[in-house]
Amino acid sequence: MKTLWNNYRYLILRRISQISILVLYFGANAWGWKILQGNLSSSKILGLIPMSDPYAVLQMLFAGAVLAGDLLLGVAIIVVFYMLIGGRAFCSWVCPINMITDLANYLREKTGINKVKGIKQPASRNLRYWVLGLSLIISTLMGVAAFEFISPISMVHRGIVFGLGFGWAAMLVIFLFDLFVLKNGWCGHICPLGGFYSIIGRFSLIRVHHDAEKCTGCMDCKVVCPENQVLSMINKESLPVLSGECTNCARCIEVCNDDALGFSIKNLSKNNKTGE
Amino acid sequence: MSSINPQKEERKMKKEPESDRRKFILNMARGVGIATLSGFIWSAYVDEAKASQLTLRPPGALKEEDFLKTCIKCGLCVEACPYDTLLLAKPGDDKPLGTPYFIPRDVPCYMCTDIPCVPVCPTEALDKNSLMTDGKLDINIADMGVAVIDDQSCIAFWGIQCDACYRACPILGEAITVEYSKNERTGKHAFLKPIVHADKCTGCGMCEQACVTEKAAIFVLPREVALGRAGDYYIKGWDKDDEKRLKNAKEIKTTTEISKRKAQDKLNGDFLEDMY
Repeated sequence: MKTLWNNYRYLILRRISQISILVLYFGANAWGWKILQGNLSSSKILGLIPMSDPYAVLQMLFAGAVLAGDLLLGVAIIVVFYMLIGGRAFCSWVCPINMITDLANYLREKTGINKVKGIKQPASRNLRYWVLGLSLIISTLMGVAAFEFISPISMVHRGIVFGLGFGWAAMLVIFLFDLFVLKNGWCGHICPLGGFYSIIGRFSLIRVHHDAEKCTGCMDCKVVCPENQVLSMINKESLPVLSGECTNCARCIEVCNDDALGFSIKNLSKNNKTGE
Repeated sequence: MSSINPQKEERKMKKEPESDRRKFILNMARGVGIATLSGFIWSAYVDEAKASQLTLRPPGALKEEDFLKTCIKCGLCVEACPYDTLLLAKPGDDKPLGTPYFIPRDVPCYMCTDIPCVPVCPTEALDKNSLMTDGKLDINIADMGVAVIDDQSCIAFWGIQCDACYRACPILGEAITVEYSKNERTGKHAFLKPIVHADKCTGCGMCEQACVTEKAAIFVLPREVALGRAGDYYIKGWDKDDEKRLKNAKEIKTTTEISKRKAQDKLNGDFLEDMY
């Protein structure tokens, strides 16, 4: 039991975080709870503190919308929040799609799809920045927030809170795509929201820190990591993960049996390093 | 032999950076190609989704084009609605995804005097200021749509007594009035025909819900769809205020083959020649 907790503690906490956020939003619509109203696009805590999706607002800006003051306050709150805890912490601790893609990835590993030789990953992880740029261009040309029209994230999230409709199709498409077409396909390659939070994440304070002296080079962390390009320092240098593409999901910390990985605050760990 | 090898090596050295550059350019070109393809598909979808005109919006909504730009699809208005009138468009509803709308035949807008759906809007896509009379919220000036009567299927136009819509109207006697006229068919009865006054109608849809016919004979359409526009060329000469519209009128010249000559020449010359 203790090892179970030790090996999955962050995973369990993340699921609790993701599901309780969904339940709170759902309760707001179904039973009139006031704790967390709205949805991931824009919401209010206790009917007081506004929060708004900065990427959606950026698209609105490109589309030519007049932005209200409350909205900008909500954006500022979210940007500052994720700059503190890691931009893509949104992806692994909040976004409901993460549960679908994690399941697909788990099944890939279990059924041995990952081990089939000769199949190359057919896309670059930089695709998301192209999609991000494209979404802003289309927003400008069409005069609407373009990604918000097709976003499977909002489709699924809104679906769970307000009624699903054909939203299950979006879930299925992403699941099958990640399972059979591209490993970490949606979250790790295409999603422009993830790309946006990657950019914010470059400035974030809480980071995974690697201690090369303790590392035995088993590479379990690289296997489990959904963005394993960010773990380039493993077994080489004692550095924090600097790339914004790290989702702070902490799977690497859990699987490490040598205590070579752990969360720390970026600047503090730097000071430690220079102190050494 | 030894004299050839360095030359070869040199050529290789020269080639390598070039092939890297070529690779980079090719990769960029591929990116642009894929971006163009997906951009067009994406824009086409957004364009189609935007085109659905028959959507009834909550009170105070901006003009549809601006509304689509500004609405962040958070659903706070939907949660604020005490009658579950407002719905959030889900995949399969054939409305721009995630935007609020209502179906009056199912649940009309009950025109709450405090208009709870409007002040909660974080983006001001629902504009409080458009619903203010003397500094107070006034739902009676809301402009969600306008009721239209199909006099072929309205049984009151057949001569059967029915004033369901008139009675249901929250601004009874102003938005809907009943016009009396003689029923020539029977010679001794009267028609009691409902008439909608577009300038007073808010488009709440209570009449549509109350209508007794199988498919409502009175129904709400967005104003842009239901109403015509006389333009600046036809003026009510008996109405002093209406004459102000003449200011906007501009001359339009239509040039065709005929307009090359004066009307008189045309009538005296070619026209007669053509005839004989």
